[in-house]
Amino acid sequence: MRDVAIVSYSQYTSRREDTRNEIEFLLPVVKETLAPLGLTTHDMGFTVSGSSDYLAGQSFAFVSALDAVGPWPPIAESHVEMDGAWALYEAWVRLQHGDIDTALVYAFGKSSPGDIGRVLALQLEPYMTTPLWPDAASLAALQARALLDSGKASEKDLARVVARSRRSAQDNPWAQLKGDVDEAALLDAPLFSDPLRKHDLPPVSDGAAVMVLAAGDRARQLTANPVWIRGIDHRIDSHALGSRDLTVSPSTKLAGEKAGVTPDIDIAELHAPFSHQELILAEALGLDETRTRINPSGGALASNPVMAAGLIRIGEAAKRLAAGEGRRAVAHATSGPCLQQNLVCVLEAEQ
Amino acid sequence: MSQRAAVLGTGQTKHVSARKDVSIAGLVREAADRALADAGCTWDEIDAVVIGKAPDMFEGVMMPELYLAEALGSVGKPLMRVHTAGSVGGSTAIVATHLVQAGIHERVLTVAFEKQSESNAMWALSIRIPFSQPLVAGAGGYFAPIVRGYMRKSGAPVDTGYKVVLKDRLNALKNPFAHVHEHDISYDKIANSPLLWDPIRYSETCPSSDGAGAMVIGSERAADEAVANGRPVAWIHGTAVRSEPTMGAGRDRVNPHAGRECAKAVYAEAGITDPFRQIDCAEIYVPFSWFEPMWLENLGFAEEGTGWKMVHDGTTALDGELPINMSGGVLSSNPIGASGMIRFLEAANQVRGTAGDHQVPDAKTALGHAYGGGSQFFAMWVVGSEKK
Repeated sequence: MRDVAIVSYSQYTSRREDTRNEIEFLLPVVKETLAPLGLTTHDMGFTVSGSSDYLAGQSFAFVSALDAVGPWPPIAESHVEMDGAWALYEAWVRLQHGDIDTALVYAFGKSSPGDIGRVLALQLEPYMTTPLWPDAASLAALQARALLDSGKASEKDLARVVARSRRSAQDNPWAQLKGDVDEAALLDAPLFSDPLRKHDLPPVSDGAAVMVLAAGDRARQLTANPVWIRGIDHRIDSHALGSRDLTVSPSTKLAGEKAGVTPDIDIAELHAPFSHQELILAEALGLDETRTRINPSGGALASNPVMAAGLIRIGEAAKRLAAGEGRRAVAHATSGPCLQQNLVCVLEAEQ
Repeated sequence: MSQRAAVLGTGQTKHVSARKDVSIAGLVREAADRALADAGCTWDEIDAVVIGKAPDMFEGVMMPELYLAEALGSVGKPLMRVHTAGSVGGSTAIVATHLVQAGIHERVLTVAFEKQSESNAMWALSIRIPFSQPLVAGAGGYFAPIVRGYMRKSGAPVDTGYKVVLKDRLNALKNPFAHVHEHDISYDKIANSPLLWDPIRYSETCPSSDGAGAMVIGSERAADEAVANGRPVAWIHGTAVRSEPTMGAGRDRVNPHAGRECAKAVYAEAGITDPFRQIDCAEIYVPFSWFEPMWLENLGFAEEGTGWKMVHDGTTALDGELPINMSGGVLSSNPIGASGMIRFLEAANQVRGTAGDHQVPDAKTALGHAYGGGSQFFAMWVVGSEKK
């Protein structure tokens, strides 16, 4: 495989009060990502994005967002109706061909105008399940209940995840929920969707993430600190929740093995929109919290712009490696109810 | 570094207005099963799945690939979902091809579908969003002025569109999978059909279809093995995608810059310098009759302003010098998200010699073309019977 690196990354996350549309908040992030490289969108060999029409409430939402890139004269471009992490995967594949050396990847989503919990119910089996309108938090609660009942985790473990996320997020300018919270106090909060409390859920966020990938020597020319993608893989589990053991994530485990996750990981950014999911993911990837810093950004519990949150995990991990905070990182993205689909990416800092 | 890839098998459903007998999962599975059978491979031999469709609002299911994971045999495998507007069927096949060309997988299943009967595509396309300019109702309202622009610029006679439909609907009678089998089609019937969006008449528009298309794309090794077992393959000689904005000064909607660039790129990769002579036949995305002459020019088969002459002199007929839309094209079947993939797979079938009654004798090189959005997204491939 050809060596591909992340050479630049920026993001934007906002609270639900933001009145700007997707193009308005995406355009400055695209500029910010390209500026340090001295490149424009027309220097990119390939451009690919991830988003969902259902968040924007209109067909072809990605079409107008393309204006943030300015595809004139025309560009080679593609789009996945998936989290931007999968757009990054498509770009990585495209760079393997060897005829281009750079790619622009972006993702955006505005969850705030709709009721995101109900919107996500449209991802379920459409004939028998969606008509019941099971919201995302209720489905996550079923998973959390199964995990607690299995004895693999306790409510205290969930509170510990939330408290760590809030503490870590204090250093993250994009985090919506942050602070020095007390684990015991969290357990005094009322149940929201048994056994989950409100703080076990992600906030409603709008946002975008933009990244530039470059291959081989081109990456070293563009930056002193390229972050290399050493392995990347993604897998999917069944959609039928009743046929899955919700306490484990076989697709994450398999993707982790294929991507080459090893125990010597310094930083892990796991896309766990609900607190208990972080525990399931850490187990699937064989991460030991005494060795690995998990979600130093605060993770999706701190801010969760749907469709960009997975790509943000990869960007956050890359940003820390580029800053010298570690040598090897794993970044993860998820999609679908109860961690149905998962992507795992292993990153390494330049020696 | 790019490795060879080939189409090992294709499958599609019989396209109809409403497939009430199957779910969305049943529809995609039907096309996928046929592609696998045609390729002579089993589900276990498929390494990854790439699925495409047009906007999710066409069925009312958000990211339906999640729900389709099992129907597509992809549990435990990589599954990707592409959405690039009307060009998506083509772009999806290209993403699948790239996975094989990058050396990541041996065999990738690619599927595209639309089940228009589950929702209403015209109104899903006509949502009025706050603070945005009101859009016209449906795609015809958007494209009619572009057609009028072409007529004015080229001076083409008004019945050019009628002749395209007559050819395509007659071709469709030779294709068992085509949606519209209009046995009493005639020039007069088309010319007297109601005017929907001036100058586009009812008979000059594509139908609304439920349908799916699928292909198995394999590596050189997998393709050599298939050929050794007597199964014909279509070698993928070139792929290209190009996009441009919906609006902007300098855009030529009649002869879009992105389409010309995309054609140039795919010909360069396929080693084609004279498309009219080197390409034996083409399946191109013609949702409204007039797009045939417009795309003939955009694709470099005809000089600007002269594409309509090839319609009138029979060049694009099934027995003409450059047959276009031998399957009946989009004018005869339009499961939107699948329409691009059907163009790609029909092109592949031509060079495999498996196109049945609408086979062009001895087709060696064929073009598959798809476009979408406001004539702004393009996806193309060139396939051949021989390795390049």
